[in-house]
Order: sequence, then C-alpha cells, then structure tokens
Amino acid sequence: MLLIECPFCGPRAEIEFSYGGPAATRRPDDPAQVSDADWVDWLTVPENRAGPVPERWCHAKGCGAWLTVLRDTRTHDILDVRHGA
Amino acid sequence: MAPERMAQGGRIDRDRVLRFRFDGRGMTGHPGDTLASALLANGVRIVTRSFKYHRPRGIMGAGVEEPAALAALAGAQGQGNVVPTTLPLRDGLEVRSIHGWPSVRCDLGAVAGLVSRLIPAGFYYKTFMWPDWHLFEPAIRKAAGLAPVPDTPPQGRYEVRNAQCDLLIVGAGPAGLMAAVVAARAGARVMLADEGLEAGGSLLARPARIDGAAAMNWVAAAVAELAALPNVTHLQHATAWGWREHGLVMVQERAPDHRGLIERGWRVRARHVICATGAIERMLVFPGNDRPGVMLASAVQAYINRWGVRPGRRAVVFTNNDSGHDVARELRAGGVELAAVIDSRAGASADDLPLLAGQVVQRSLGWRGLRGVEVAPLSGGKTQRIACDLLAVSGGWNPAVHLHSQSRGTLRWDDTIAAFRPDRTAQPSASVGAADGRFGLHQALQSGAGAVAAHLGLAMPDIPQAEDAPYRIEPLWSVPSATGSKAFVDLMNDVTLDDIALANREGYGAVEHAKRYTTAGMALDQGKTGNVNVIGILAGLQDAAPGQIGTTTFRAPYTPVSFGTIAGGRAGPALLPYRHTPLTDWHIAQGAVIYEAGARWRRPGYYSQPGESFQQTIDREARTVRQGVAIYDGAPLGLYAIEGPDALRLIEHACTARYGTLAPGMGRYGLMLTEDGLIFDDGVTFRLAEDRFLLSASTGNADAVGLHLEKILQIDRPDWRVRVVNLTQQWMNATLCGPRARQVLARLTDMDLSTDAFPFMGLRAGQVAGLRSRVARVSFTGELSYEINVRQRDLPTLWDALLQAGAQDGIIPIGSEANHVLRVEKGFLSLGHEVDGTVDPYDLGMGWAMAAKKGDFIGLRSVRLRRASGLARRELVGLLPEDPEVSLPEGAPITPGGRREASEGLVTACVRSVVLDRWVGLGLLLGGHARRGERVQVRLPDRTIAAKVVAPVFHDADGTRMRE
Repeated sequence: MLLIECPFCGPRAEIEFSYGGPAATRRPDDPAQVSDADWVDWLTVPENRAGPVPERWCHAKGCGAWLTVLRDTRTHDILDVRHGA
Repeated sequence: MAPERMAQGGRIDRDRVLRFRFDGRGMTGHPGDTLASALLANGVRIVTRSFKYHRPRGIMGAGVEEPAALAALAGAQGQGNVVPTTLPLRDGLEVRSIHGWPSVRCDLGAVAGLVSRLIPAGFYYKTFMWPDWHLFEPAIRKAAGLAPVPDTPPQGRYEVRNAQCDLLIVGAGPAGLMAAVVAARAGARVMLADEGLEAGGSLLARPARIDGAAAMNWVAAAVAELAALPNVTHLQHATAWGWREHGLVMVQERAPDHRGLIERGWRVRARHVICATGAIERMLVFPGNDRPGVMLASAVQAYINRWGVRPGRRAVVFTNNDSGHDVARELRAGGVELAAVIDSRAGASADDLPLLAGQVVQRSLGWRGLRGVEVAPLSGGKTQRIACDLLAVSGGWNPAVHLHSQSRGTLRWDDTIAAFRPDRTAQPSASVGAADGRFGLHQALQSGAGAVAAHLGLAMPDIPQAEDAPYRIEPLWSVPSATGSKAFVDLMNDVTLDDIALANREGYGAVEHAKRYTTAGMALDQGKTGNVNVIGILAGLQDAAPGQIGTTTFRAPYTPVSFGTIAGGRAGPALLPYRHTPLTDWHIAQGAVIYEAGARWRRPGYYSQPGESFQQTIDREARTVRQGVAIYDGAPLGLYAIEGPDALRLIEHACTARYGTLAPGMGRYGLMLTEDGLIFDDGVTFRLAEDRFLLSASTGNADAVGLHLEKILQIDRPDWRVRVVNLTQQWMNATLCGPRARQVLARLTDMDLSTDAFPFMGLRAGQVAGLRSRVARVSFTGELSYEINVRQRDLPTLWDALLQAGAQDGIIPIGSEANHVLRVEKGFLSLGHEVDGTVDPYDLGMGWAMAAKKGDFIGLRSVRLRRASGLARRELVGLLPEDPEVSLPEGAPITPGGRREASEGLVTACVRSVVLDRWVGLGLLLGGHARRGERVQVRLPDRTIAAKVVAPVFHDADGTRMRE
C-alpha cells in the first residue's frame, strides 16, 4: 500500500485515495481541430513506461484534492506530488 | 508419559498434561509442545498421505520449513491444512491426518504411487486439457492430499492494527534480540516480531553459550529488558509475512493475548527494517528421502533439546556440512544410539564420531517407516546397509532471504556457504546474522548490534562473548543414484529429481518455468527446504553455476496466512457498510422487503400485503401510480449545487445538453459522457439563478459524479471560478406521483400548482407541510410527479404528512420494483441496465440530447469519431414476447435465429406491464433501430423465446400525462 504525501494532509495511506488514471497531457482546447489519429492517441495511448509516470490521485477520503503524482513504476518511489495538473 | 519422551530436559512443563486426539486415538502432551513434538513423543510416525502419490509421510521439520506433514483440526477449532510444527498444542485438540482413506496407515490412493511412471510432471496439463480442464478439476482435487474446508466458520474474531515504528526487527534469535536491545537502549521506537512461540530462535534448540552461561539466560535477560522499556513492542508467534512498498510490513500475530481474538494482523510502517530471519536447513535428495523417519538434522536437534523427545532409537546422520556433526553429538547425548555419520565430503573428519567420509546414502530402506539405509562411497563402490529408524539429514543452510527479497532487494550466490545471500537493499533495511549468511553465534550478535549502530549513528556497542562454530560445506544437490527412482525435491507436491530433469529436457529449464512445469516450490511450504536443491540440480544439468540459474521470485506470504488476519473486522456488513435513508426504519416497520439500491442504500423493494403474491404486489403498486397516487423514497438521489461565475461553463462542459438558454426555475434533462463518448450518467439539471444550478445524479453514481466534476475543476480548469457542493445527504426527496398527485400536494402547500405557474421540468421553492422545500416537477414514471426535497431531518415529517393528505385518494408507498415497471413502460434509462458503459446517446435513440449548436463538451469528439465509422451498433429497442405470458430473463442474450452462436444483443429489462397486461421488455440489439417489426430470438440454455422488436416505449409515447 502506497504512502502518498498529500500537500494538504501529509503522508496518508493509499486506501484514502481514488486512482484517477494516468495523467494525460492537457486536453486539447478545441478537440474538433485535432485529427482523428491524434485524438485517439491522446485518449487511449497513455505513456506506460518502466520508470517515473505521472498519475492522478484524488484524496477522496481526505481533503478531496486532485493530485498529480509522479510514481516510479519499477520501485513505487513517489518522486513528486502536487495539487492539480 | 508418552513413549519417546525423555525423562528430563527441554522447554516443556511436565507438571501439566494436555490431552488431544489424533485420528481418534487419545494422546497427551505438555505446555510448550507443538502438535508435532507431541505426535512424535507419542510415537506417531505417519501424519499425512502425500498430494499426488499418496505416500506415507511423517514430521520432518520443526518449524515453518516443515516440508511434508500437514494435519486438519476438527470440531469447534476446525481448520484445514495445519502445519503441525508451528501449531502450539492445546488441550482438547481434535486432529485428523490428511488424506488417509480409510486411514493414513492404509491409503487406497497409494496405488497412484505404483503407476507413478505414468503421471510425470506436466501430466495433468497434458492429459486433461481437452475439452476443458475444469471438467476434471473436481475429481482431481478430491484425490489430492489436502484437507477439506471446515464446515463451520472460525469461532471468535480477527482484528487489524496499524502501527508505525523507527525500527522493525524481524526475528528474535540472537541477531534480532541483540539488534532490538541496542535500538531500544538508544530510545528508538522498536517493534520486534518473531514467528516462534518464544524468543530465542536457534538458541532454543541447541546448547549454545553466551558470556560463559547458557545462551537462553542471555535471551531471558534481553526479553525482560525489552519488556520494561516503553518504546518497545515485542510480539511472539507473530510472522512478518509480507513486505510491500513504502516500508509496509504485514505481520500475523497468531495468539494475541485477548479473549475471543483468534488472530491479529498488523500493518507496520517501518522507517527501517532489520531482517534477522535466520536460516533454513536444506533437504538432501536421494531415493526414499521422504520415508517416515527421515528428518532434517536441525529438527532432530530441536526435538531432543527443546522438547525432550527422541524421534528415534537408532540414528544415522547424513550431511554435507559441519552442522550435522553437532547434531550427531547431541543425539548421542540425548540417549539415541548413533549408528553412523555419513558425510559426503571426502575430507571430513571428527575423531569422536563414527564418521564415514566421502560416502552418501544411496537410498532409504523400509516400507511405511524407516528400517535402514544403503550407503556407498560418493565416487562409487561397494554398498553397505546400516539399520536405523531415524535418519537426520543436512544439505546445508539457506539464509532466510524471503523478506529481503520481497522488498525487491537483490541476492548473490556465495560459494563459501553454497547459498544465496542478500546483496543490495531496495528499501531502508539490513539483513543480519544467519539471514545474511553469518551462521556463527558471535557473528550474529555482532552483525545485529552493528546494523543498528550504523543506522542510528551510534558507536559500536560492547557485545556479549560467544563462539563461532566452524561451518564448511561442499554442495551435494542430489546423490548419483537418485535418477530413475523416487528422490524428492519437493515432498509436499511430490516433485522428484526426474521431474526436474524432464522439465529441463522439454525446454522448461529456466528456473521460473521449471517451477511451474513441475510445481516444485508451489506447495504450502513454498519449497523452503527444496528450492535451492532444484536450482543446484538445474545448474548441474545446464553446466552452469547456481548463481547463473538464479532464484524464482519471492512473494508474500512467507507462511500461510488466514484471510481473517488480512480482513480483520472488515467482514460481513462492515466490509461495505449500508446506507440508510431517514425512512429505512419506517419501510422495515411497514413490512417492506428491503433492497440494496445503488451505492449500498437500503430502500424498499416492495410492500407486500397479506395474501398477495409477489407479482400481485408489484402490479398493485404500479397500477396505483398509473391510476391514483403513490409516494416513493427518493432520498438517495445524487444532488450537487454548482455555483459561481463559471458554473454554466462547467455544466455545459460536463453535460450534453444546453443550459445557457434555460430560464431560472426550470430544469433540463442531459447526459454526462466520458471522454471516450460513452454514457456515464444522466439526470436533470435545474437553474436556480444566473450562476447557480442544481445537478442531479443517479443514486449509484453520485459519488463518482462528484469526483468527476472536481477532477475537471482541479486538473483541467483551475481557472474556472465555480464551486461544487454535494447536497445528496442534505436535501432528500419524497416523490409524489400519479394522476392525483397535484390534488394531494395542494392540501399541503400554498404554491400555485397549475401547469401555467408550475410547468413540467419546473422547480419551485416554498413550504410543503410547513417545511422548507424545493419541489421539482420531473417524472421517472411517466405520470404527473413531484419530487419534494426537504432537509434530511424533515423527511419523515414530510412523509407522514403526504400519507395523511393522500389518505382519501388511496395513497400508498411504492418500492423500487414498481418503479422499475413504470420506467420500463416508458422506456426511460436505468444505469446498470441500458446504460452499461458501452452505449452512447445515439445507441439509445437520444441523439436529441447532444446539443447541436453548442461548442465542445466532454465526449463529443469521440461520439463523432464513432458515428463517422458507420459501424453497426447495439441499439435500444422494445421487445414484446410473442407469448404475452412469458417473460424474458434480464441479461439473456439475443442470438441470430436463436442459434448457439455469438449474441447480437441482450435483454436489459423485462417487466409485466400494468397498462398492457402483458410482459414487455427493453433490449440492446445490433442495428436495432432499423429492425422494428422483426422477430428475434432470446437464447436460454435449454430453449429460445421469440419476441417482436418494437419502439422502446409502451405507454403514453408523447408524454402528455407527465406534462399535463
């Protein structure tokens, strides 16, 4: 079980958090202008590397903050946590 | 006294007698005994029949390493697959041997052993693949030597505790105790967890000395010192069975000192972990190495010294290292006749022992029990027979690196000890003593103290005086005669040397493959005494070094863990607590059958009246809504207040409909999509003012909708000024529905309820029954309907007032069954039925909900992309069974022509309509919108049901009734 350092609540156990998926790059402001291929890439092909991967976690059973967590998928080391994107 | 019990010695209380039964035979033991030591003291040699060949097996180990014996407990303490070497003896234990039919001494399944040539490794996979393994599995499981599941649940309860510490020390042998004492004296918060019944580790089983006195004196002093310190938590009979990420170590405490508590699980977050987990002796691989009477040398040593039990009368020791020599001396001191010490090392010597150097045991002799051994020089030559009833074997020692490995620490092969030992750590930790391959007693004390001193930045403290016994080893992975006969590398799973060779020949020579192909190391003991022999054997077959072969992955749990220890109190209703509306108790008092309706809410399913059938109840409730008036508990409906200058932007971004054109006091139905263009939720959003909205969400989805909206605001649009407040549990509604709803409501309020003043989809604030209310004129039933929202605490008052005001109109409460009938008649959506995570708005014929003239919103791009593909979709249709008295099971597949082939759709709902007086259904059907009038077949296991495809609405298609 991960220990996630919430910027507002301090280190808290994973069970207090809801996983919100891999952190995609920012949503295009006008998706209509994006090609089909680029849209599918943005939507369904998140980076999945062995190494630091940005993820969204919500401290749902705590302060409710949505966080971006940089987690190393090889070691579970959490390298960075910040509020928002 | 039991026949094999020595008159004195050992750590048992001879003054007290514990009585237990083994396969119906009465036996006795003493406090301090394990089940294994008590069975041996009573002369029991055969405890188990093996898993595959049904060979007789006895106790071979003395602790968690036990490679052969399992037992079952019957009666009130029922438990399957108990390891006798780790179970403290209790008075009244009712013990059963495993897989003896008719008895463990005479097992008819042993015929499997006679045909064993026909069932080699991989046999089950190869033979039972066609047509389906699952057809054979039950019979194979029944034949396998494992205990049945007990009939009754365990008596008592489990709990889980969370703990934090500076140092978690695992193991209370010499190294762990030394580490704990040094850390505790320095003031660190220390947890010490040890799997044994009492502290001492290896010192419990051998006559070692510390500071010139019996080593156990030092142990007792250390334990007493720790007990007196407030910064120490010391757990015995507590196994650290798993090491997870971020310093989380799982500990199973088996005998908490608390009444009614069976076991306690600890989740320990440790800043630093000291692995003082000791070492485990390896078996030797030779034909018949499983015969009852063959035991690990360290176990023999423990039974003599710790439990005062002679496991045999005349013993042979077979070893490839120095530790076997000490055991031979202690056997003799314990009054066992020592016939010979067989040492595979040509250069071995010991003047005081009957040593046969450079020789090996070729095979064991006997049938059910050991009668002797056949011995020959390792280099080949003349064999001789030696009579004995006990064979103590030692294949050398493996550091118990399991916990270190689970933390992702690496291992390296060390030729000097012929074993894997810890290399690099991955989480803050250190391995000390035998767990680090330092097998001497002085080394243990020194490394335990040194690791803590280094971690805490202390000077190296003084440590007590102790000697390192010499340890030299020449590996012997199997004896040369072992092929072509039953030489076991894994006793519990009946895996032989030949099986490993077969796996290697057939291309499964990689260690992870060999393990899975042969199942070596996959039994309850996880191969603690055999896995490194397998690695050594593979190395020999591949002409490689064991370090090149490597180990399989060490995974939790280290020893078997009960589910109760992991779950703790989170069992039964506490696992996912129910939610109660303010009316749940009222519904129960009225005799309602309570359902769990979305997100664990307890809501009425239906209110049966005396003499009514289930169907009659549902019909009565539904008909009352169509013809009169009824109320429904709508308390759990999700409700969010959305406020701020950018509130409209958020709602139009998250929902499909347009809300900018909506007048305050009015609502509009919309869908919420996921970014991949599928329906996530639906509901009505009301505008309260220019910048204030109320958004309703499905009961089962309310929490997820809140997370979704917050994610948009916090991640994507932190610039938007808008606040989302969950009102679900603050405002709760009673839904008044039916053609007479208006006249009932009029008796309780001054509001103008005329359609001009309060039209369909309107929202009005005011007083109802003297309570602050917001009334929404929306309908999920197709009838005139008012959702009257009040504060949570006011809902019971409102409910009573509505029942009284409606009494003259025959008002009744209805449950979710009737609600389901009414919404299906109208073709309204339900999450989990039509909205199953695969449909988009067009699939459901709701393209109208996709606001054409507004800009982008979540899901639009993906819906357009999907539409552009032109691929056929499953679309919402109505279904009329050809026989109006036959219902379509919800979830049943629709297949082309009713054939047994891939489905072209499914039945999402089917109810008995009160307006049509027949069964009607909804379904998703491939290309369904264009197939109205067609006949389709619903496929059931034994038959098909024909149904006609119609529009998905069966009542008041233009919606006049709810708008009037």
